[in-house]
Amino acid sequence: MEVRVQNIRKEFDRFPALHDVSLDIRSGELIALLGPSGSGKTTLLRLIAGLESPTEGLIFFGDEDASKKSVQQRNIGFVFQHYALFRYMTVLENVSFGLKVRNSARRPAKADIHRRALELLDLVQLSGLEKRYPAQLSGGQRQRVALARAMAVEPNVLLLDEPFGALDAQVRKDLRKWLREIHDRTGHTTVFVTHDQDEALELADRVVVMSQGAIEQIGTPDEVYDNPNSPFVFGFIGQSNCLEVEISGGDLRFEGRSLGLNAEGEPDGVAQLYFRPHDVRLCESAENCIAGQPVSSRRVAGTRHIELDIGNNRPHIEIELPPSEADRLDRNRIAFKPTRWKLFRG
Amino acid sequence: MALDATVQPVKLRSVTTENRIARFTLIILSLVFLLLILLLPLAAVFVEAFRKGASPFFVALADTETFSAIRLTLIVAGVSVPLNLAFGVAAAWAIAKFEFKGKAFLTTLIDLPFSVSPVISGLVFVLLFGANTWLGQWFSAHNIKILFAVPGLILATMFVTFPFVARELIPLMQEQGTADEEAALSLGASGWQTFWYVTLPNIKWGLLYGVLLCNARAMGEFGAVSVVSGHIRGQTNTMPLQVEILYNEYNFTGAFAVATLLALLALVTLVLKTLLEMRYSAEIAASRRH
Amino acid sequence: MKAHSPTRWRFKRPSVIPGFGMALGLTLTWLTLLILIPLSGLAVRSSALGWEAFWSIALDPRTLNALRISFGSAFIAAIVNAVFGIILAWVLVRYRFPGKRIIDAMVDLPFALPTAVAGIALTTLYAPNGWIGQFLTPLGIKIAFTPAGIVVALIFVGLPFVVRTVQPVMEEIDKEVEEAAATLGANRFQTIFRVLLPGLAPAVLTGFALAFARGVGEYGSVIFIAGNLPFKSEIAPLLIIIKLEEYNYAAATGIAAIMLIISFAMLLVINLIQSGSRRRYGYGA
Repeated sequence: MEVRVQNIRKEFDRFPALHDVSLDIRSGELIALLGPSGSGKTTLLRLIAGLESPTEGLIFFGDEDASKKSVQQRNIGFVFQHYALFRYMTVLENVSFGLKVRNSARRPAKADIHRRALELLDLVQLSGLEKRYPAQLSGGQRQRVALARAMAVEPNVLLLDEPFGALDAQVRKDLRKWLREIHDRTGHTTVFVTHDQDEALELADRVVVMSQGAIEQIGTPDEVYDNPNSPFVFGFIGQSNCLEVEISGGDLRFEGRSLGLNAEGEPDGVAQLYFRPHDVRLCESAENCIAGQPVSSRRVAGTRHIELDIGNNRPHIEIELPPSEADRLDRNRIAFKPTRWKLFRG
Repeated sequence: MALDATVQPVKLRSVTTENRIARFTLIILSLVFLLLILLLPLAAVFVEAFRKGASPFFVALADTETFSAIRLTLIVAGVSVPLNLAFGVAAAWAIAKFEFKGKAFLTTLIDLPFSVSPVISGLVFVLLFGANTWLGQWFSAHNIKILFAVPGLILATMFVTFPFVARELIPLMQEQGTADEEAALSLGASGWQTFWYVTLPNIKWGLLYGVLLCNARAMGEFGAVSVVSGHIRGQTNTMPLQVEILYNEYNFTGAFAVATLLALLALVTLVLKTLLEMRYSAEIAASRRH
Repeated sequence: MKAHSPTRWRFKRPSVIPGFGMALGLTLTWLTLLILIPLSGLAVRSSALGWEAFWSIALDPRTLNALRISFGSAFIAAIVNAVFGIILAWVLVRYRFPGKRIIDAMVDLPFALPTAVAGIALTTLYAPNGWIGQFLTPLGIKIAFTPAGIVVALIFVGLPFVVRTVQPVMEEIDKEVEEAAATLGANRFQTIFRVLLPGLAPAVLTGFALAFARGVGEYGSVIFIAGNLPFKSEIAPLLIIIKLEEYNYAAATGIAAIMLIISFAMLLVINLIQSGSRRRYGYGA
């Protein structure tokens, strides 16, 4: 089921949460709404669900205008950050709930409900725990029950609101992989909200980067990482460094000196140069390079992160090097230049 | 689909509430219930008291017997409440600031008077001090009347109002913990100084609340004092008992006049209670949290 | 270095805070003198009756009827209070309407109003020619001076119990759980009855138990409206007083003992149900 968000605006008591947001979600894709708090991502998710109604704009499920339908009628599956399990029901009763509350025309036979619930519990690897109560489960188990419960109604769209936010780091990692597997097996259109860019990049087919109520960029994880189209996206996804440079005649100049980087086609003027810590290479001398003094050097997993002071009270630059290269360095002075970068104006 | 995107979308009712008709019905149902059970009876007290006009009302209150009933009520409450207050503070201090075995048992014992019928609360004192008991005979040999006299009334009232202050203070002081007291002690304060300058200010609102409820019950108690009082007019009748006597004599104006005073007391109690809850619930909650 | 002494049984954990001995001593003394001795006096006197005398009092028709009326009326009143208590709490917690603050405060009126005052007021209302009674008499409904009057009085007395125990639990209801039910397709009715009410059950049960216990022992608000006819509308506490006035201490003691035993037994059962539910569903129930 595809979902189309068309020019949605949402205000809460005059506070604008979303400005003119439009989005096409393809059937069967796993798409992430990524952004910091206040970006409006949860609001958008809840609008799709029908838990809120938009101030302006429309939402389509397939060809139908969903705005006229209540949340009960939209046939969605919603998974909350804090699980929202029904604590006075067993795991099995929780999962069967969506099927049991259907009106008699659509409700399956008791035996079928029972069977389907058990199948789902098997899918989320919780077989054997049907008779337990939520209070007797761990956080990761509860979230899996919540997912099984949401999937039981064969939803048009599966909506997850920071589903792993309340879990331990290791559980989070495990469940991420597992969610991707489940999605690949079942093929539900899935939208999930997160502020963790690692999670979004690892899981999603496409990422929607949001900030302050608007969409900054939509693209595959590779696209938003390698070709961010705004300083915000560049800075939010992955690590970044930023230098003010001057462009004149297709040449990039930093502090008056040329960096030997090709900026052909770029108009003259001042711009912000963004590059990632690992997109650098060392120079033998400071000629056509940026020089700096190492302030600290940390070992992080398989690389060395070196913080450089480049003088003039500028913010420190971080570069990443393989340990073998880093160990060969002169402790007092390092010269480097970016190998990939992006220029933004304004 | 070429739809005008600025069309106002359908406004959906919030997911977590009912439709208007349901809400309206429930509100009306609640209000009617309260009207029939609570509000009309309260109104009836005032209306019946003034049914024959304002003058008979005041005449009834000035009656000597009624006057001594008012005085007796004030005396009984004036003794019972401070004593139970002192007990409540002591009990809360012991239970909230220390760890010892049998705490839960102690708390249950303190709650006992709540589970006992007022009539039984009076009965136990009749059984204890009756004319044919050892204690009863000891007291009458010394010319001290317990039953059918003021001391009996005080005892019965204290029994019934025993837990109020303690029940209010114990959870409050438990949530406040011992950190403040330990800090004061480490700064050199004595036990009493700590209690007076540190603990008391922390618990003052809970204390007031407990005293308020204790007093309302002390002044309004009927069943327990009815058993021990002997109903001696002018001497052992508290205001509630006086109401009964007047009512049974078909002196409705008199009965409702005294009832009006008691109802006013109840309303004042409610107002003070609500004020305390409103203004200081934040403080009580904060002092509970820290 | 001395070896650690083995852990001994300690009554109290050591603490720097002073005043334990005094506070506990005062508490225990007060408790013993005022509560325990009188209550054990009752226990001693009732056991002094001997089994035969005790059973003859207990099985006396008048006693049985009085107990039936006391416990029966309290039960019905507590059920009514449970139903309306839930509705009241729902309305107070979740809706906004003019005068809500005042209504909320008024719910505590039965706690603050002396029972005798409530008794005469309710009688005036529901007597055959009373404010409300006058409309009911032509319909053949009699409230005052019948067992129905007892139930009305006990509804008054027990009203705050369920409301006040349920209100805090309702305030804590997780909105997301309601939203979750809605996303799964449940309409309002289903959400309330299948998801929310089971969570309120322990609180309702507690409130019911408190209202019931209060109703069983209630005296002041009942005797005016009751009619007090032996075997028909005579409550157990009144019977105790009547026996006392007849100097029949044995009977009074016996009836009191029976009332206490039944009440304590019921409260015990309810407590067991509650701790059982806590173990299953977790705390915060």
